[in-house]
Amino acid sequence: MPTIQFQLNGAAMAVDADPDQTLLEVLRGRLGVTGPHFGCGAGECGACHVMIGDRAMASCDMPMWSVAGKDVVTIEGLGTAEQPHPLQRAFISEQAMQCGYCVAGILISAAALLKRNPSPTEAEVRTALDRNLCRCGSHNRMVRAVLRAASEMAAT
Amino acid sequence: MTLPAPSLPVSLLANPRLSSWVRFTGDSRVAISPGKVEIGQGIVTALAQIAADELDVEIGRIEMIRASTAASPNEGVTSGSLSIQQSGRALRHACAEVRQRFLVAASERLGVDASLLDVDDGVISGPGNVRTSYWELAGDVSLDHDATAGVTAKTAATRAVAGHSVQRVDIPDKVFARPRFIHDYALPGLLHGRVLRPNVSGARLIALDEAMARALPVFVAIARDGGFAGVVADSEMAAEAALKTLRKGATWSEGEPLPDEDDLAGFLKSQPVETTVIDTRTAASTTKAARTLRRQYTRPYIAHASIAPSCAMARWEGDRVQVWTHSQGVYLLRADLAIVLRLPAENIVVEHMEGAGCYGHNAADDVALDAVLLAKAAGGRPVRVQWSRHDEMSHAPFGAAMAIEIAADLDADNEIVGWRHAIWSNGHAARPGRAAQPALLAATEIANPYPRMISTNPPAANGGGGDRNSVPLYDFPAWTIISHRLLTMPVRTSALRTLGAQGNVFAIESLLDEIAVLRNEDPVAFRLRHLRDERAKDVIRAAAQRAQWKPEKRTGIGYGVGFARYKNTGAYCAAIAEIEGSDDIRVRRLTLAVDVGEAINPDGVINQIEGGAIQATSWVLKERVRFDRTRIASTSWTDYPILTFSEVPAVDVEIIQRPESEPVGAGEAAHGPIAAAIANAVHDCLGVRVRDLPITRDKIIAAMELAS
Repeated sequence: MPTIQFQLNGAAMAVDADPDQTLLEVLRGRLGVTGPHFGCGAGECGACHVMIGDRAMASCDMPMWSVAGKDVVTIEGLGTAEQPHPLQRAFISEQAMQCGYCVAGILISAAALLKRNPSPTEAEVRTALDRNLCRCGSHNRMVRAVLRAASEMAAT
Repeated sequence: MTLPAPSLPVSLLANPRLSSWVRFTGDSRVAISPGKVEIGQGIVTALAQIAADELDVEIGRIEMIRASTAASPNEGVTSGSLSIQQSGRALRHACAEVRQRFLVAASERLGVDASLLDVDDGVISGPGNVRTSYWELAGDVSLDHDATAGVTAKTAATRAVAGHSVQRVDIPDKVFARPRFIHDYALPGLLHGRVLRPNVSGARLIALDEAMARALPVFVAIARDGGFAGVVADSEMAAEAALKTLRKGATWSEGEPLPDEDDLAGFLKSQPVETTVIDTRTAASTTKAARTLRRQYTRPYIAHASIAPSCAMARWEGDRVQVWTHSQGVYLLRADLAIVLRLPAENIVVEHMEGAGCYGHNAADDVALDAVLLAKAAGGRPVRVQWSRHDEMSHAPFGAAMAIEIAADLDADNEIVGWRHAIWSNGHAARPGRAAQPALLAATEIANPYPRMISTNPPAANGGGGDRNSVPLYDFPAWTIISHRLLTMPVRTSALRTLGAQGNVFAIESLLDEIAVLRNEDPVAFRLRHLRDERAKDVIRAAAQRAQWKPEKRTGIGYGVGFARYKNTGAYCAAIAEIEGSDDIRVRRLTLAVDVGEAINPDGVINQIEGGAIQATSWVLKERVRFDRTRIASTSWTDYPILTFSEVPAVDVEIIQRPESEPVGAGEAAHGPIAAAIANAVHDCLGVRVRDLPITRDKIIAAMELAS
């Protein structure tokens, strides 16, 4: 199996992996990075989103060969309880979830949006999150949380 | 007059031992152990609030213990919006009694009358600066006593935590990706399992060539029991590869035909049924009926469609098995496992771990049996089994399709003088642990299979099933309500959020709207005129006021109202929908008012109502399980679309706080009223009635063609 090198949450990684294996399998199965969740395996629900550059992408159908040399950020790389990302703080403030299974992917989509567009409108936030499904109906709280984080980031 | 003897809350009556609910632990913490489970509804936080209040401890000291058959009180199933009513009341009472027992012990130790003692964050103090604490006294005060009736909990005015929007205790873990979901929990030596299931509905595995799968390099084991087969491997990828190979060697029976998805009413009304008269009311004298309006409403099968595929873990040790599950009822699941495994229940420990929101009886219980069966082939190592998205969307039970006919007799002034409501539907419950036969999918596949359990309906005293919310809350002079439960079940159904209430409220409230329009009467005023219950009227008035009912008519915009009291005994909810439409519609805003009695966590209630309103909108506009005559066809998010962020309406919720009234659940209050409010807004906007859900572009066009 070839060794595939990439950056994960700022750290260099070298993983012996089948090039056709998915990034999500490597993250969850090999590296114990369980923030990104399996939802559908077809890139349709967003629960497995990771950030590459300033784009949120599904990791459940992303082959490892395409990850070589990439800079990958998962929810674990956004922030910690001690040093939270403004989005993580805002999701707590707005109590922006019910079950929370989709949240890791939604935080990543939102973080990628704020990288591209630090002061999005509500409509732009919704469009950016359209590839993420939430079954509990917490959408509006999440949109409010993203807008709150954006204004907090603009103020600092 | 004699007062009735004080009685214990139902969950405490069933589990009276105080120590099974409350324990003081060595690190100055309090372990609270409810029998209800977290399914994303925030129950664990609300119960912690109740305990913190009655014990007078900071909520941060409370550790909420996950339900397990090893130690937890048996509270049946976490369903029916009953957790606050059942677990909340039990904990409130148990904690009040625990507090009282400690005050008695503190009084003895401190030599101060108990009535002069005060508790502040677990520290008990009294005049003369004497003090002790729950933890100092814990050795002296045994909680291995049964709860007694007659303990008085705090009054509403003296509660400091319940009634306030405390932040949920589980959210930080989820935001910082600390493993909390069963999918993320790594037991040492964990193996991964996958189960082979047919694509054709009702097909049975009749032959399996295992040679190709056994030849795979990473293979661990194949488990086989009659028509049940699956693989165990040391990684998920290997398990999936093995399953794919195994599938190539499978031979299936023909399966069982499915109904015509485009004629659900025809199918439902042509099956053998069990008929129950749910309620009748006979008027002493009514004006004569001048005409009868007959309308038929349908709703399709609806998928739970959890965002996570169902998942479970199991580990055998000799003839004992430990199971981790996101089931809504650990004891009920254990009962079914005991039947299938032919083991005494005490050989099985079932422990809850969080999964994604389930919205009723999804595949959580099924996958637990899958894990138990696959773990038999794992040599004592734990196995985690996770379903595919495909199987989650096709093999889990669905919410039952319904056909509802209402005939309303109207007098010469179009006032309602008679009302006949008939329901045709499969049963709405086939949960495990309630019958002599198991309800779990793999139980129908193994070598000595059990028949597929035909869904039944809970009794009216528990809110009913297909008939839930079919008895009008309105004061019509006469009515007959009949439920026809199907005795065949080609499409597997079980409990989905609200059971039959969504369909029945949609039907009742749609027809009421039609009659109000016929009378040229405002639909809000029409409802208020037919209600006697002031709490019902209050939520309707509050929603109407908040939505500024009824705004001036504008082209392309419509408004509709819907109301129900969930189960006729739970939360009151009124909804007003604002939609925009031509031949396609968009829901712009939903305004709701809700009365859940005492709202333990007001933001939690709003979250549940908001979520319910959005999910209900998704059901009404988009959702329908698709199938042809041989297989379920909606097996992906492409084939079973749900509402997206851009399609979600603004949702505005007002809570009418009634701290003196018993708290009731909020999770299922919005679905019926929202369905009706949207349908009524469609009529207001476009002048057509769509009586078959979901309200899609095609249905609107068909209704317009019919009207023209």
